[in-house]
Amino acid sequence: MLDDFFIRALVAGIGVAFVTGPLGCFVIWRRLSYFGDTLAHSALLGVTLAFTMEFNIALSVFLISSLIALSLIQLQKRTNLPGDALLGLLAHSSLAVGLVVIGFLTFIRFDIMGLLFGDILAVTVDDLLIIWIGGALILLILKLIWKPLFASTVNYELAEAEGLNPDRAKAIFTILMAAIIAISIKMVGLLLITGMLIIPAAMARNISTSPQKMVIYSIIGGLLSVILGLFSSLEFNTSSGPSIISAALLLFILSLFRIKQSIKLKN
Amino acid sequence: MSINQNILVKLKNAGFRINNKSLVKGVSLQVEKGKIVTLIGPNGSGKSTTAKIALGIYKKIDGEVEKYTNKIGYVPQKISIDWTLPLRVNDFMVLTENLNKETIDEALSLTGVIHLKDKNLGDLSGGEFQRVLLARAISKKPELLVLDEPVQGVDFTGEIALYELIKKISDELNCGILLISHDLHTVMSATDHVVCLNGHVCCSGSPLDVAKNNEYKALFGEQASQILSRYEHRHDHIHTDEGEIKKN
Repeated sequence: MLDDFFIRALVAGIGVAFVTGPLGCFVIWRRLSYFGDTLAHSALLGVTLAFTMEFNIALSVFLISSLIALSLIQLQKRTNLPGDALLGLLAHSSLAVGLVVIGFLTFIRFDIMGLLFGDILAVTVDDLLIIWIGGALILLILKLIWKPLFASTVNYELAEAEGLNPDRAKAIFTILMAAIIAISIKMVGLLLITGMLIIPAAMARNISTSPQKMVIYSIIGGLLSVILGLFSSLEFNTSSGPSIISAALLLFILSLFRIKQSIKLKN
Repeated sequence: MSINQNILVKLKNAGFRINNKSLVKGVSLQVEKGKIVTLIGPNGSGKSTTAKIALGIYKKIDGEVEKYTNKIGYVPQKISIDWTLPLRVNDFMVLTENLNKETIDEALSLTGVIHLKDKNLGDLSGGEFQRVLLARAISKKPELLVLDEPVQGVDFTGEIALYELIKKISDELNCGILLISHDLHTVMSATDHVVCLNGHVCCSGSPLDVAKNNEYKALFGEQASQILSRYEHRHDHIHTDEGEIKKN
């Protein structure tokens, strides 16, 4: 069954959606959209390094993204530049360096479009293993740090005062962000990964009344986006990433009608 | 000197600086089980900072802080909650500890906000939110309660009821309370020990001792001093069960 490229893409996409759902909620709650973008941009450098050294792509992206995340924390401590400037600096410089390195790799045939926007033809059985095992690990760790991470998202000082160690939870969460980008890069492409994180979660925010519900709706939204997106990608011969994200946008727009309704009910 | 088993948190000559500007310095105090320690002082005198030192929120401090418990309930003075979170009162109650329904309901009833349980946190008024904050802090049955202006924005009758509740909790749970308040009238009725801050400890002791202290008078004025002494004076009697007043 997994011989068919489309089935492989579907299985991969579903695995990714299960993980981006809950992580995406935290990205929205903690206002990390641009942080996600920065990690994703740096992923290009990870991919090129993987090609030069014949290394596993997911692992290489994970290492580079983690490195960028750590550099960000150091830069925040040591400079007086605002956070968004540092994020921009890291995002664009790592993207630029990645592109320059690609320029040197003339001996490799490079599908840059696939890299930027996702390529369902490229998903192998090995990728499936990485997505599902990696994804399960990410979810397991997220479950373990849920309490301190969520409490410190609501209020850092409360979490710290009542002994939950929010700094450790935050550091672990950063690593999880690098990991999800590493495992989903082939599906969605590095320019659109943040979209996969935030659009289903934003849709879920519109229709949910509690954090747990938001996580569940966010997962469902992600799953629907992947399924809808991949089928239309097959039908219209479009890249997988843009198709999935467009499907997510469609769901988001639909969720806006739900808000209108509830505001009407209130009045 | 034997180690006092009742001590929950102890500050030894503690202080905190930001960019070499001292917010508070040289604070020594201890909170014991079943005792209420109140911090008073003008705005910017370092009351909240002292509480945050005691809680371990500030890590790079001068002096020492020794904490003997991890069961802590905290009501911060300012709390900014991001309303991008869909958060109901019920979700907020279990923020730092898993509690069963009975415990949650009991705490919310005690502070008089059980009817708000399923409401979105963002839709509460200031006073309602303050009651929820207090309910959350007491629901986990802490050994140490740190209350930073816990009744701000609460209506007058509610204020008195909540202070009585705080006193009751301290007795029932035998927990220690570090209280910050600007309301000298209400606070002093329950306080065992008062620490008067003004960037440093300006004076400390029982409410009556502090009221007599000249530095305190200089800081708060003669009138404030009278409030404290008058309070002591008012309670030279006890109320019997029959409702009679009996002289001590």
